[in-house]
Amino acid sequence: MEAPGLQIDPAKCTGCSLCVKACPFGALTLEPREKFDLPESRFKRIAVVNEACTLCGACVPTCAFDALALDEIERLGDERIEDYRGVWVFAEQRDGQIQDVVYELLSRGRQLADERQTELAAVLISGDLTEPPAALGAWGADRVYWARDPRLAEYNTDYYTQIMSDLIRAHKPEVVLAGATSIGRAFIPRVAVRVRTGLTADCTSLDMDVEQGLLLQTRPAFGGNIMATIICPHHRPQMATVRHKVLAKRQLETGLEAEVVPVAADLQPSLTKILEVVHELGNQVNLAEADIIVSGGRGLGAPAHFDLLRELARELGAAVGASRAAVDAGWIPAYHQVGQTGKTVCPKLYVACGISGAIQHLAGMSSSGMIVAINKDANAPIFDVADIGIVGDVFEVVPQLIRALRER
Amino acid sequence: MHIIVCLKQVPDTNDVRIDPETNTLIREGVASIMNPFDENALEAALAIKDAQGATVTAISMGPPQAGDMLREAIARGADNVYLVSDRAFAGSDTLATSYALAKAIRTLPAADLVLFGKQAIDGDTAQVGPGVAELLGLPIITYVRKVTVQDQQLEVERAFEDGFERMSVPLPAVLTVLKETNVPRMASLRGRMKAKKVEVPVLKAADIEAESHHVGLTGSPTQVIRIFTPPKKQGGVTLDGSHGQEAAQQAVALLRERKVI
Repeated sequence: MEAPGLQIDPAKCTGCSLCVKACPFGALTLEPREKFDLPESRFKRIAVVNEACTLCGACVPTCAFDALALDEIERLGDERIEDYRGVWVFAEQRDGQIQDVVYELLSRGRQLADERQTELAAVLISGDLTEPPAALGAWGADRVYWARDPRLAEYNTDYYTQIMSDLIRAHKPEVVLAGATSIGRAFIPRVAVRVRTGLTADCTSLDMDVEQGLLLQTRPAFGGNIMATIICPHHRPQMATVRHKVLAKRQLETGLEAEVVPVAADLQPSLTKILEVVHELGNQVNLAEADIIVSGGRGLGAPAHFDLLRELARELGAAVGASRAAVDAGWIPAYHQVGQTGKTVCPKLYVACGISGAIQHLAGMSSSGMIVAINKDANAPIFDVADIGIVGDVFEVVPQLIRALRER
Repeated sequence: MHIIVCLKQVPDTNDVRIDPETNTLIREGVASIMNPFDENALEAALAIKDAQGATVTAISMGPPQAGDMLREAIARGADNVYLVSDRAFAGSDTLATSYALAKAIRTLPAADLVLFGKQAIDGDTAQVGPGVAELLGLPIITYVRKVTVQDQQLEVERAFEDGFERMSVPLPAVLTVLKETNVPRMASLRGRMKAKKVEVPVLKAADIEAESHHVGLTGSPTQVIRIFTPPKKQGGVTLDGSHGQEAAQQAVALLRERKVI
């Protein structure tokens, strides 16, 4: 009846199944009491926990009979967490340009640092830059640690891991934030393991328990069906990657300058080599960073019909996305795919055209700021998440949308 | 050449539904499947085996029922499988999981290549592949969409948001692969027959010399303190689009009013 960590009191459990339903991991089942050596009871069944239990605690408050309890488990950690001070943001650049998500992270990071009455620093790893790093001061950075070397012009997991880990060990920040980009998600996990701390991926909100200095990291799981708030109580720094567009940008004042601290890049040779860099998107808008996305699904019926969506996208200054059905049908290349096996996006406006809204698609876009859905089937699940649902034929509605947008 | 593929058994999200009354996931009758991206990792290993010969070992950390998934890996063509399973691992976060898998990999014959899927569809963290690479001290390339092996050297395409890089790395190395890498094969009838007879060996904490303070809850820096269902969208507007023009104008007016466009 017990795994290490979760206790089920046989004297209190009535076999009512409330906890079984509440468990997100299927770790609780009801079994006949007679299978176990238990005292007599008027109830026939008892809740049993299996190995799938992650000790998340979701079941505990659902029990009406106080039969469930989580053990207090002693965890290993750094005893000197009070030595760690300051909030850091990884200032990701690509081709010398600071990425938008960095400004979002600095804006939130500034607030978190103020709440903790501490400093905000950016870590910049680059070759040459289009803007001086001191300009990050306008976004709240007090300081920029800048590792600059021609070998750092292109992303390299080994170099980035080494520089970030060494900086963390030397300066001991309490919080390290990075964008959940294909770079952040590639090397930050390696950094977290090297400095032996916790990391929460893909956060959609960050809060601070000021007194305890705990970063409350909230992220979706199970394709966005549930949200989990995660803490890292006994290890520092507290590390998180954060999705694009979920945090608001707040520029303080242009002209504010951050102190720039040069970092000597004493790089161990890397075994991975870049043979060729290929930009495929050309002038198209990058899905992950787009403010507006127009997406098409099975309802479009044919590859040529994506031209209609491209026209709408041009009118809105939007990127073009697609559901898995449209990609699998070969109507549009895979890098346009939004959803669980494609990209997770969070634009200000998402226009879903002829997309029914399978759970895998919703997982990739349901946190968008505003969702417009156009579908013939009034019962399509996409309408459950839509702010504006238009029940109608895509081929009638979309041309009218384009016309209405041109009227002004 | 020895290739180790790390697989995770996950709930099939096709089956996942929300109970509208309790606002929780309905798990009853939800099938467990091989994580879709891990299918691509397994296929990448089997394709190398077909092309130039290799021993493919599939391992998984999870509860005993994950053994079924490892049998599926045998049916598709894996040579060996191991289930890394112990009650002591319960509650492991990505650091503790990386530790246990790295320990398990070290107890097996030395690997030339370790493969992971891009991420698991239940947790979506993409952290265990890089974590294992770090603990094994091996180079890693993530988000790989094409793999070729020649003379102890890997050549891969690594996807970015706006394109890709062609990269090379000498073996041994770790890769995490995308769906675009390949199309996973089905198990052959012969494979299925073979898989039926396989007893999946279990590696317990002691077998991989995992120290107790590095696994399970004790070895996990992160802690889930709250799980909740995201609030349902309120106040959505439904427009009748049977006369496209009117609905379109209303929609555009609403978007302009809310300053979205």
